[in-house]
Amino acid sequence: MAVKGRIVRISGPLVVAEGMQDAQMYEMVMVGEDKLIGEITRIRGDKAFIQVYESTTGLKPGEPVEGTGAPLSVWLGPGIIGNIYDGVQRPLPLIAQTIAEKAPHRKMFIERGIHVDSIPRHKKWHFKPGINGSKPEIGGKVEAGDVIGTVPETSLIEHRVMIPPGIRGRLKWIAEEGEYTIEDTIAVVEQDGKEVEVKMAHRWPVRIPRPYKAKLEPSLPLVTGVRIIDTFFPMAKGGTGAVPGGFGTGKTVTLHSLAQWSDARVVVYIGCGERGNEMTEVLERFPEYKDPWTGKPLMERTILIANTSNMPVAAREASIYVGVTLAEYYRDMGYDVLLVADSTSRWAEALREIAGRLEEMPAEEGYPSYLASRLAEFYERAGRVEALGSPDRHGSVTIVGAVSPPGGDFTEPVTSHTKRFIRVFWALDTKLAYSRHYPAINWILSYSAYVDLVSDWWHKNVDPRWREYRDQAMEILMREDELQDIVRLVGTESLDEKDKLILEAARMLKDGFLKQNAFDPIDAFATPEKQFKLLQLFIDFYRKALELVEHGIPVAKIREAVGRLYVDMVKAKFEIPNDKLEEIEQLKAKALKVLEELETRTG
Amino acid sequence: MSYGVREYTRVREIKGPLLIVEGVSNVAYDEIVEVELASGEKRRGRVLDVQRGVAVVQVFEGTTGITTTGTKVRFLGRPLEIPVSEDMLGRIFNGLGEPIDNGPPIVAEDERDVNGAPLNPSERAYPEDFIQTGVSAIDGMNTLVRGQKLPIFSGSGLPHNVLAAQIARQATVRGEEEEFAVVFAAIGIKYDDFIFFKKFFEETGALNRVAMFVNLADEPAMIRLVTPRAALTLAEYLAYERDMHVLVILTDMTNYAEALREISAAREEVPGRQGYPGYLYSDLASIYERAGRVKGKNGSITQMPILTMPNDDITHPIPDLTGYITEGQIVLSRELYNRGIYPPINVLMSLSRLMKEGIGPGKTREDHADVSNQLYAAYSRGVELRSLAAVVGEESLSPVDRKYLEFADLFEKKFLRQGERENRTIEQTLDIAWDILSILPEEELTNIKEKHIKKYHPKYRGA
Repeated sequence: MAVKGRIVRISGPLVVAEGMQDAQMYEMVMVGEDKLIGEITRIRGDKAFIQVYESTTGLKPGEPVEGTGAPLSVWLGPGIIGNIYDGVQRPLPLIAQTIAEKAPHRKMFIERGIHVDSIPRHKKWHFKPGINGSKPEIGGKVEAGDVIGTVPETSLIEHRVMIPPGIRGRLKWIAEEGEYTIEDTIAVVEQDGKEVEVKMAHRWPVRIPRPYKAKLEPSLPLVTGVRIIDTFFPMAKGGTGAVPGGFGTGKTVTLHSLAQWSDARVVVYIGCGERGNEMTEVLERFPEYKDPWTGKPLMERTILIANTSNMPVAAREASIYVGVTLAEYYRDMGYDVLLVADSTSRWAEALREIAGRLEEMPAEEGYPSYLASRLAEFYERAGRVEALGSPDRHGSVTIVGAVSPPGGDFTEPVTSHTKRFIRVFWALDTKLAYSRHYPAINWILSYSAYVDLVSDWWHKNVDPRWREYRDQAMEILMREDELQDIVRLVGTESLDEKDKLILEAARMLKDGFLKQNAFDPIDAFATPEKQFKLLQLFIDFYRKALELVEHGIPVAKIREAVGRLYVDMVKAKFEIPNDKLEEIEQLKAKALKVLEELETRTG
Repeated sequence: MSYGVREYTRVREIKGPLLIVEGVSNVAYDEIVEVELASGEKRRGRVLDVQRGVAVVQVFEGTTGITTTGTKVRFLGRPLEIPVSEDMLGRIFNGLGEPIDNGPPIVAEDERDVNGAPLNPSERAYPEDFIQTGVSAIDGMNTLVRGQKLPIFSGSGLPHNVLAAQIARQATVRGEEEEFAVVFAAIGIKYDDFIFFKKFFEETGALNRVAMFVNLADEPAMIRLVTPRAALTLAEYLAYERDMHVLVILTDMTNYAEALREISAAREEVPGRQGYPGYLYSDLASIYERAGRVKGKNGSITQMPILTMPNDDITHPIPDLTGYITEGQIVLSRELYNRGIYPPINVLMSLSRLMKEGIGPGKTREDHADVSNQLYAAYSRGVELRSLAAVVGEESLSPVDRKYLEFADLFEKKFLRQGERENRTIEQTLDIAWDILSILPEEELTNIKEKHIKKYHPKYRGA
């Protein structure tokens, strides 16, 4: 029995209703005559405090509030991939379509009180019972998570239809291969003497993590094609990371690169309180861009959730949970899912605004005291898991959240709390951004806890010396940072020759390896092989040059001997494509030969 | 939304710009209110909070002179609306959208809620048409495109008005004759700033394609919360229903944010940073995001907000949150200004996020992106070395480093500096860039592709 109450107060996105004694915490409700979507966030006596996901302009005390009897939930089933949703899983193109029917000149705006289906109800999907040729046995036992059939959702994603959580029993009937909608019954399960109909779609409450059998250690790298990430601060499938940075440091470009290039099977991109045009960019470009791993349009593996900065603030709070629930659903099918949230700071601000309206006691900078625990809950929904049911499947959810610290100050509450719950920290640096060193990931402040875990993969798949080279490059960069302090006091000329060589080597690494142009067709994506070859180019050059310096040859001489070859080395990243790596080898041989000749001439 | 006019007289409390009215019923959130003083004077306001029987009303013109008895509060049954019409171009309005130029009344084609509605991201079209402003530092390195929101971060006393006027005068989309319609919102600015713009529009003969919404520094602060919204409501009408390309100049957004802080303090809200409300970001976004292009429409809204950074501090909440919302920023530098360089644009701190889609072959020139990257890399190195040279002396720098110092000087004197009426084409801008880059040894040009060097470097061009 759904509760029915009346509005007594409206203050921005917060509405208070009375007569709500049977309401549940976090129950989804319909507010006012227009049936705006809201969620109960506090109950006191018969009063319910409701955060409303749409504009409350024009709402009046006395208007009705109706409960739905269920918490805020999403629809899970085929038709999610390739869609763009608002913060509560309403497809934005359908919203536009609905408005266009009433007022064509207002089509581009989002109006309130619009109810549309989250996934297409009437679309026919080609359902095929069983998976990998094995059909589920009639009369056999089935339980939550068992894959009973598949649907080709896009050319990239085979949707695996699973028994929804909570169902367990004997399979009584399963549909033949054919065309079905999500409302058709595709299987019947006998549970405790009752028949339960199974459909291709079910609902799941967004604030509750979906169940799995076991959590596993992340050990495979999430290859992103971004050199500083893969080589120096790698992400693991099922890992968690944060990208903090002041405005203009390239958070969004970095996240777009991840969404575009990483070897995840499904990407969930949440634009949470950010720019409208950034979502438009993804929407316009991703259908054109090819997935580098399969050659198919990127949109066929992407789900977008757009709650831009000018859309209702409360829905921003929900959008994160909606996104992670969709990610978990595809994880349960056995896919590696990347979830990108831009930006978690705007989500935290939504929490703060609602907490303020509820007149809760503020902690640091006005944020509610539960900010840290909410962040922890969110990032804990990442991980590599063994999915429920059979066949055995491993899937993962990797979460990367952007953080927008006010004034670029990393000690502010959202950044400092986030740091406690993530394992990869890509710190974006305003100074690097000002000199257009992109990606502006600061190699001194950043870290990744997955370096040891993913080393094995690199050693098996790329080169057994990967770790050695990576660590030496890191050492050069660290040493250069120390030297810069000295240079600032005394200039470069008074350094000893070995240190001068460090400066040269670091400059090559910075210009030729770390800097990467996300918009250059050749440079934007570097395969692990190319990354290692480039790294080897610079490190082997450094090693040989160091020998020369130890024999008393000054760095200036080396620079002079190398001449234009230096430019070729630094430009190799955007002149040599991924499929012509032998040219890097040739370049290296040339450079080393020059050094050897110099050695024999002077030696 | 219309539910008739209701009048109440029980004012319980007056604090700051707020009236607390009792005994009300059927009052809607965000409804517009008319307050009639005992003297017969009428003021406007809107509902900020409503509980059963009690409404909190914000009075735009302030509460000075309002008494708890004898005041009539009328709830007008609709949100704040302004008339919109093409005839509003060439006219001057107050901050609430009422004509103040003694011209004929506006014949409204429609009435529109000033709050607007959020644009549906799936209905937007990505901005990618290059706007030539004729200013090298912008066209060459921080390119503006149609439908972008690009603010000018300035300091008090810096020539942001001159620069904004220069851009408004020179901005063209190549290959199109059509000029921008300009919607200008003066938000709490000084009278002489207003006169500057008015005279400028008159002199350039642009007045008939400009609509001005004016709230001056000595006018009620609460109206500042409405002024940019009224201006953008007209802009949206012109862009999306009359297919015009509209340039919206909002100055000064710092005054807007301060008015917002005042109302927040009066409501005793939990403050965020520096006393500004926690929702400053969302509130600013509800203004800045009203820019862009939409599918199937020819018009566009390009926004150029101007804000003065208190104490030139870019980390102050107003520029900081603005930068997080807008698609880049043009930052003016007091240091360059003091050295006599106009426009004093600090290119290193400036950024245009939409540049990459607006430049390149067919739009500007194929070498544009590389040249811009190289200018950034070389100038930032030069500036860094300049501060190093100040400590260790120029003689302890290597010969190459000294070239960079020279480059930084040339960059400021030849590329950055230009006249207030100097209108450079993008080719001129890029050619100047090549001229100054050519003083660096060729192997230093690591950001430029070989084929572009061979084609555009003065060394090869001459041959």
